[in-house]
Amino acid sequence: MRRRARIVALELWLPVVVVAAWWTLSAGSQSLYFPPLETILEEFRATFLSSGADEHLRPSLVNLGLGYGIAVVTGVVAGVLIGMNRWAAAALDPLVHFFRALPGPALLPFAIIAFGIGTTMKVWIIAFTSLFPVLLNAIDGVRGVDPTAREVARAYRLGRLRRIFAIVLPSASPQIMAGLRVGLQTAILLMVVSELVASTSGIGFFILQSQQQFEIADMWAGIVALGLLGCILNAAFGLVERRVLRWYIATHGEVVR
Amino acid sequence: MRLLGRSDAGAASADAREAAGTVISVDGLGKTYGAGEDAKVAIERVDFEVATGEFVSIVGPSGAGKTTLLKCLTGLLEPTTGRISFEGREIAEPPARMAIVFQDYARSLFPWMTVARNVELPLLDKGIGKAERRRRVGEALEAVGLPGTERRFPWQLSGGMQQRVALARSLAYKPDCLVMDEPFASVDAQTRFELEDLVLELRHAFGMTVLFVTHDIDEAVYLSDRIVVLTRSPAVVRKILEVDLPRPRDQAATKGHQRFAELRTELLELVQTQRPTSPRPDA
Repeated sequence: MRRRARIVALELWLPVVVVAAWWTLSAGSQSLYFPPLETILEEFRATFLSSGADEHLRPSLVNLGLGYGIAVVTGVVAGVLIGMNRWAAAALDPLVHFFRALPGPALLPFAIIAFGIGTTMKVWIIAFTSLFPVLLNAIDGVRGVDPTAREVARAYRLGRLRRIFAIVLPSASPQIMAGLRVGLQTAILLMVVSELVASTSGIGFFILQSQQQFEIADMWAGIVALGLLGCILNAAFGLVERRVLRWYIATHGEVVR
Repeated sequence: MRLLGRSDAGAASADAREAAGTVISVDGLGKTYGAGEDAKVAIERVDFEVATGEFVSIVGPSGAGKTTLLKCLTGLLEPTTGRISFEGREIAEPPARMAIVFQDYARSLFPWMTVARNVELPLLDKGIGKAERRRRVGEALEAVGLPGTERRFPWQLSGGMQQRVALARSLAYKPDCLVMDEPFASVDAQTRFELEDLVLELRHAFGMTVLFVTHDIDEAVYLSDRIVVLTRSPAVVRKILEVDLPRPRDQAATKGHQRFAELRTELLELVQTQRPTSPRPDA
């Protein structure tokens, strides 16, 4: 417990110092670009921790949840099916790599003419872009299942579904989780970018609108909100990951990154 | 040594084999990997039979195609020529009455499952009720000397204990025939002796036929009724050796037996004189 407290202290001192310095140095600031932190936090509270959350935060989270959810389900299911079929994996490999390498925002102009600037477009671009890291890692993970594990499954005559759920998926899970982590970061990125380019709601839209109306404290509040959101989602992901990959961490020491 | 080649003991066990019936018969088995210029013949031609209840080891120099032979025997690999039957039927896929213990327990046990789940896994799609499965898992773990380890994970156990779990998994499957691929190659000597005796006990208790692949000469002589000696790849059967040592075997007494030393020497010569280079004088 004492060791844990020490680690927490070690991790927290620098952020605390940075925030304290920011607070002190910006106090009473007249600069247009760097308003006092106190003002920023006040705007943050008013916008994202009260009734404003419904207007600015919720649309972003809904888009993110839907888009990422679709990417996870599609990516893992398709990844398992493709990964278990050597021919399909070989045939689709170049395509998957192409879309994986294509920066998601490049597809925004197309998404806007195809789906308008509403929720559909944002969910689509988030899902489509974060699908490929998930898919790629799932295919690789499934193809990398140890041959001995496959032989055990055959020798003991396991059913097809049993093989998938008891052996293939858990065995590929370290790599699947690595793909989900990258996918989550991609999804957050596209959530913001899609709101900056074409939107009437969401955190990204709020940041852009504040900037255009010279409400610089609001703009900063939006940025802080995004940073915090990213941290919270990452931490939540880490919790899930440590639980799912308990066996892997115990045998390998760390998770795949 | 050759004086005892067709000893009374040998003749008696041959009669006993005939009476017991054949469980595995390997008939002109050949396996070639690849085709055309890249083709590599792993097994030229192998014939032998295993009688019900017999303990047969397969021994050969490393790279002799022992693993290839075992994969063909268990239906994991399709032979290029010849046929293998198990309990009278030609093998096309792993038979339901056969269980395999793999060499590398770290790979054959699944670290994301508890010990109990690992042992239970082969029973899950076989229409066996939950209570019966749990009973079998408990019994199997008891039989290998690991009672009460159900809720632990394989990686929380030592190497020897993990191989015991793998053995328990095969026992819970209730096979007629147990096939083991160098199962004790990666445990220390003391543990290896314990596990060898455990296998002999279990084979006796469960009345199983055992097919045992090893590169360890002492182990083969100590455990087996007969030893199939393979040549270097492309493999053919060099000789089938009768092990006319009394049972039950005992690490100290059996290995101190003069006949053990003779068999060991004979087997060593059979395996060693096949080196690619000419045999050294001291070999």
